[in-house]
Amino acid sequence: MRGHRNHPLWFAFLLHRLSGLGLALFLPAHFWMLSMVLTNPEGFDGFARWTDHPLVKFAEFGLVFLLAVHLFGGLRLLALEFLPWPARHKTLAAASIAGAFLVSGAFFLNAV
Amino acid sequence: MSEQQEYLDVSVWRGDASSGDYQSFRVPEYASQTILDVVSWIQQNADPTLTYRFACRVGMCGSCAMMVNGSPRWTCRTHVKKVAGKDRKLKIAPLRNLPVIKDLAADMAPFFDKWVKAGGRHAPSATRNDPIPQIKPESAGRDAANAGIECINCSVCYAACDTVTGNPDYLGPAALQRAWTIVNDEKHGNRDAVIEIVSAAGGCHNCHSMGSCTLHCPNDLDPMSAIAGLKRLTARNFFKRGA
Amino acid sequence: MLNIRLYLAQRISAMIMVPFVITHIAVMIYAIQGGLSAAEILGRTQGSVFWFLFYGMFVAAVSVHAAIGVRVIVSETTGLRGSALSLLSGASFLLFLFLGARAVMAVTVSA
Repeated sequence: MRGHRNHPLWFAFLLHRLSGLGLALFLPAHFWMLSMVLTNPEGFDGFARWTDHPLVKFAEFGLVFLLAVHLFGGLRLLALEFLPWPARHKTLAAASIAGAFLVSGAFFLNAV
Repeated sequence: MSEQQEYLDVSVWRGDASSGDYQSFRVPEYASQTILDVVSWIQQNADPTLTYRFACRVGMCGSCAMMVNGSPRWTCRTHVKKVAGKDRKLKIAPLRNLPVIKDLAADMAPFFDKWVKAGGRHAPSATRNDPIPQIKPESAGRDAANAGIECINCSVCYAACDTVTGNPDYLGPAALQRAWTIVNDEKHGNRDAVIEIVSAAGGCHNCHSMGSCTLHCPNDLDPMSAIAGLKRLTARNFFKRGA
Repeated sequence: MLNIRLYLAQRISAMIMVPFVITHIAVMIYAIQGGLSAAEILGRTQGSVFWFLFYGMFVAAVSVHAAIGVRVIVSETTGLRGSALSLLSGASFLLFLFLGARAVMAVTVSA
């Protein structure tokens, strides 16, 4: 692919935006489910049993990955903006993704 | 013994602000040929109505930038060999993020308007009767200003920036880098006003650090870091003033 | 669309959340061992001042952060501007805050 977007920092931006959007969309559902813990514990446990399904496990892995990649990507941006050192931007962008895989991988291995 | 003449397969944008399409041309390939050479060849040999803009042809004036195979480039200093693949295909279009006047000539007015808005005009801090202030060449502020002053206003960074695409009010990398050189210029008389402008809506805080500006700048300048400098400075000032 | 105030709100809420998110991920990895249940979560969190403050501040910060993020994405992709945009970001902030506060009350305040 040729074009002005074909470079690592642009993909880092895209990943940060998509993970942020994904988390913002998930958040209301997450909050709603948690408030069910008290008002409807059976409903919540029914939901928790549903999470044993492998597909749901994979979706959970995806959510943890989104959170981790948004965390590390955000740390990268904060360093870029607030620490005046000449940062190795591409290395940091790659490290953010690697860190996110490590964290969400640890979650996944625990979940299965 | 004559070498066989090779040809380039060139798609050129034809049209104006309202509509247009790509037109194909077969252009003979030469050694050390630039994209501007290709466009000029078409205008001189195939279609004299082709409209484009250039002036110095040596990378000084910033007039000839266009989209080449999807990326903004200064066409006078871009060799065909560097951007055309083995298929010898070129796709040439006017710069992104700017209105098209005709064919390959983009309207640079919004770009220059923003440059002026972000403090493009020098505001003097002294008259000719005052002594010339001494600026140490090795001072940190002078270093920061020096890093950005070689901008030739070619608008390559502006065309590369997707934050500009999504937000027409955004000043863009070139104007903000200019602002960064000004706030580091001790001889500038109205640095506070520039800080004010880059802190408002459309200012430096809209930047997403995609880095397309720094990657594509033909003069190897680093607008992304200049904008990060502005973010840092404005944040520090905000808390100083608030306290 | 972002001025310095919104920018700082976005970055400061991000900085506040760094320790929260790290803890949240650690708790998740620990808590899902052996499956999730309402009783298990409540046993850990209910009546705990620590978790009330932790999740309360987390929800407040994420509401600010997510609302500004939504504002930027909506504006850059749909071109929405001005008071309609401010109304949308304000409404999404309140939605995040309301749903989040309800969740925090549910898991930390004992019945």
